[in-house]
Amino acid sequence: MANSWVSHFFIKFFMFTKLKSLLYNNEVRAVLFQILAVVVIAYFAYQAFDNMMLNIEQRGIRSGFGFLNNESGFAVNDSFFLEYSPASTNLQAFYVGIVNTLIVSITGIFFASIIGLVVGIARLSNNYLIKKMATAYIEIFRNIPILLQILFWYSIALNAFPSPRNSINFFDSVFLNSRGLYLPKPIMDGDFYFVIASFVIGVIGYIFIKKRSDKKHDETGIVTNTIPYFLGLVVFLPMVVYFASGAQLDYPALKGFNFKGGTDLSIEFFALAFSLSIYTATYIAEAIRSGVESVDKGQKEAAAALGLKNTRIMRLIILPQALRVAIPPIINQYLNLTKNSSLATAVGYSELVTIFSGTVLNVIGQAIEIIILTMLVYLTISLVISLILNIFNKKMQIKGG
Amino acid sequence: MAIYSLKETKQPPQSQTKAVAWLKENLFSSVSNVALTFIALYLIYLLLPPILNWTIFNANFDLTADNQSCGREGACWAFINANFKMFIYGFYPQEELWRVNTMFGIIVVLVAFGSLLKTSQYRAHYIIGSFLIYPIVAFILLYGGLGLEVVETDKWGGLTLTVVVAAVGIVASFPLGILFALGRQSKMRIVKFISVVYIEFVRGVPLITILFMASVVLPLFFSAGMDFDKLLRALIGITLFQTAYIAEVIRGGLQAIPRGQYEAADASGLSFVQKTVLVILPQALKISIPNIVGSFIALFKDTTLVLIIGLFDMLAIVGAATSNSNWLGREAEGYVFVAMVIWVILYSMSRYSKRLEVRFSTEHK
Repeated sequence: MANSWVSHFFIKFFMFTKLKSLLYNNEVRAVLFQILAVVVIAYFAYQAFDNMMLNIEQRGIRSGFGFLNNESGFAVNDSFFLEYSPASTNLQAFYVGIVNTLIVSITGIFFASIIGLVVGIARLSNNYLIKKMATAYIEIFRNIPILLQILFWYSIALNAFPSPRNSINFFDSVFLNSRGLYLPKPIMDGDFYFVIASFVIGVIGYIFIKKRSDKKHDETGIVTNTIPYFLGLVVFLPMVVYFASGAQLDYPALKGFNFKGGTDLSIEFFALAFSLSIYTATYIAEAIRSGVESVDKGQKEAAAALGLKNTRIMRLIILPQALRVAIPPIINQYLNLTKNSSLATAVGYSELVTIFSGTVLNVIGQAIEIIILTMLVYLTISLVISLILNIFNKKMQIKGG
Repeated sequence: MAIYSLKETKQPPQSQTKAVAWLKENLFSSVSNVALTFIALYLIYLLLPPILNWTIFNANFDLTADNQSCGREGACWAFINANFKMFIYGFYPQEELWRVNTMFGIIVVLVAFGSLLKTSQYRAHYIIGSFLIYPIVAFILLYGGLGLEVVETDKWGGLTLTVVVAAVGIVASFPLGILFALGRQSKMRIVKFISVVYIEFVRGVPLITILFMASVVLPLFFSAGMDFDKLLRALIGITLFQTAYIAEVIRGGLQAIPRGQYEAADASGLSFVQKTVLVILPQALKISIPNIVGSFIALFKDTTLVLIIGLFDMLAIVGAATSNSNWLGREAEGYVFVAMVIWVILYSMSRYSKRLEVRFSTEHK
C-alpha cells in the first residue's frame, strides 16, 4: 500500500506520452505538493538548527544530556517516596519532579471527581436551594482562570493558617500551619515488607470474595454487601500486621522554627491541589449532568414503575447509563488537570516544571534539552490517558448494535 | 328541565397556591428534601457571612484612605481606586492613554455599525474588511508610528495586554487553524502526518511549556542579530498553541459536512481551492462558530499564564501593585477585583456562545 502511490507516480512519469496532462493530474499534483512541503520544512528546520548551533556556541552553552548526571545542588521542599538531597543528580531531581506532578494530579483528580459527582447530581436535584447553589458554584469557579484561583488560595492560606509555633494540633501527631500539614510517617525497616505482603494478600482475597458475590448475584439475585470484607482485608489486616510487627510511626515535632520528622505536605501543595480540584470539579459536574440528561426519561419511569426508590433508581439505573456518556469528557478533564498542575511554578510547589524547567534550567541553561524532556513527560502522560480512553470507548460500545 | 348556568370557579385551597405550595414542592416535599434544605441553609450560613463581612460590612469604602488607615478586618477598596489605571492600562504613559481608549472605542463603533448592517448584502465584506484593517490601526495606535510617539511593549499591561494577547491569539491562529484542519483531513499522507503530529503534540503538552519554549528556545533558532520582543515571543507561543485547538474545532465542522457536498463540488468541476473556499469552508465554519467562541473563552482564561514568562497582564498587576511599599498585603483585594472583571467578561462570552448554540442547532434540525 505504501509503495503503490510511489510506483504509480513513476509509471505515470515515465510514460512521456501525455506530459502536459500530467501537470493537471490530481495524484501527480499531490505528490509534487508534498515534496515541496517537505523541502520547505526541511529548509527552515535546517536554518533553525544551524542558527541554534551557532548561538549555542557563541553563548558558551553546552549541549547533550550529560548534565543529568551532575550534582543538582538545590534542595526540594516536597519529596515523596524518593530519597533526595542537594547532593543528588539532576536526573534524580527530574524523577522527583515527575513523582510530585503525579501526586498532586492524582490528589486533584480524586477530590475533583468526588466534588464533581456531588455537585453534578446536586444540580439535578428537586431541591431548589441545592440546585441553585450547585449552579452558582459551577458558574463562579468555571469562569475564573485557574492561575488566578491558585494564586488567590495560596495568598489566603499563607495568611489564614497560623505560624508553626501556633500550629493547629491534632493529638500531638498531626499539625497544620502556614507552611503545610505535618503527618506521622511509618518507619520503613525490614518488617515493613510484611505489611506490604499482607496488603497484597488482602487485595487478592477481596477480589476473590467480590468475584464470588458477583457470581452469586448473577445466579440467584441475592446481593451480598462486600464493604465489610473490603475494610477488613484491605485496610484493617495490614494495620494489624503493622502494629503486631512492633513497628512505629515517626512523629513530627517542633524543633526551632520548624517541624522535623514525619512527612509533610507543603502549603503550596495544598493551594495547588485545592484549586485544581474545585476548578476541574465544575467541568466534571457539567459532564455528569449532561450524562444524566442523556438517559432517556422512560428509563427512570420504568424503574419507578417497578417500585424502585429514588436513590436506587439513581444508583442502579441512571448513573450506570449516564457514566457511559460522561466518562470520556471526564477523562479529558483529568488530562487537563494534569497539564494545569504545571502552574505550580507560580506558587513554587516543586513539581516537574518548577524543578526542571525552573530551577535546573536556571542553573544549567540548556533550555532545549530541558524543555523537550519536560514536554516528553507530559506527552507520555497524555498518550497513556488517551490510550485508556480508547480502551474504555471500545468496551463501552453498545454490543450487537 | 334544569337550566345550567356557569358556576363561579372555586379558588384552590391555600396550601396549593403561591408561596406555600412553592415551598412545599421545592424545599419540603419529602424527609430527604427537608434534610437537604437544612444542609443547604447551613452551608449558606457558613459561607455567606464571612464573605459579606469582608467585602462589604467590615470593608473600608473610603476611596482616599491609605494602607494604614484602612484597617485589616475587611477589604480596602481604596487599593483598587489608587491602582485602577494600572489594572486597565499597565505602565502605559499617562498622556498617551487616549490612544488605548480610542482603540477600544473603535471596536465599539465597529460592532455598533455592524449590527446596523445585519440585513445588508455587504455585511460579509464589512466584517472581513474590519478584521483585515482594524489590527493595523490598533497596532499603530498602541505601538506608535505615523507621528505618534512609540510606546515600547514592556510598558503595555493590565486589561489592555490581556485583550491584546487574546485578540492576536484568536485572529492569528484562525487561518493557521484552518490550514491544519484541512491538512488533517487531506488525502496527502505527508501533509496529513505533519498536521496530526503538530496538533496532537501541542494538545498533549501544557501551555506553560510552550510559552517557555517560545520565550527561551525560540530566540536560539534565529540569527543572533535579531532581538526578539518579549511580547512577540509570548504571542508566537499563544498562537502556536491556539492553532492546534482551533484546528480541532474546525475539523469537527468539516466532518459534519455531508459527503454529498464534496462530491457535488467535484462533479461540478470545481478545483480543490474553489471547492474548499466556496462550498466546504462556509458551511463548516458556520457549524463551528459556537465551538470557536468556546475555544476563545478558553484562550482568554489561558492568557493569564503570560505572567509566568514576565509580562504584566491584569493578574500580574496585582503582584506589581502590592509590591509597592504603600500597599503591602493587599493581594486579596487585587485578586478579587481581577477575578470579578475577568468573570464578567467570561460569563457574558459563555452566555453568548450558549445562545449561538441554540440558534444554530435549531437551524440544522
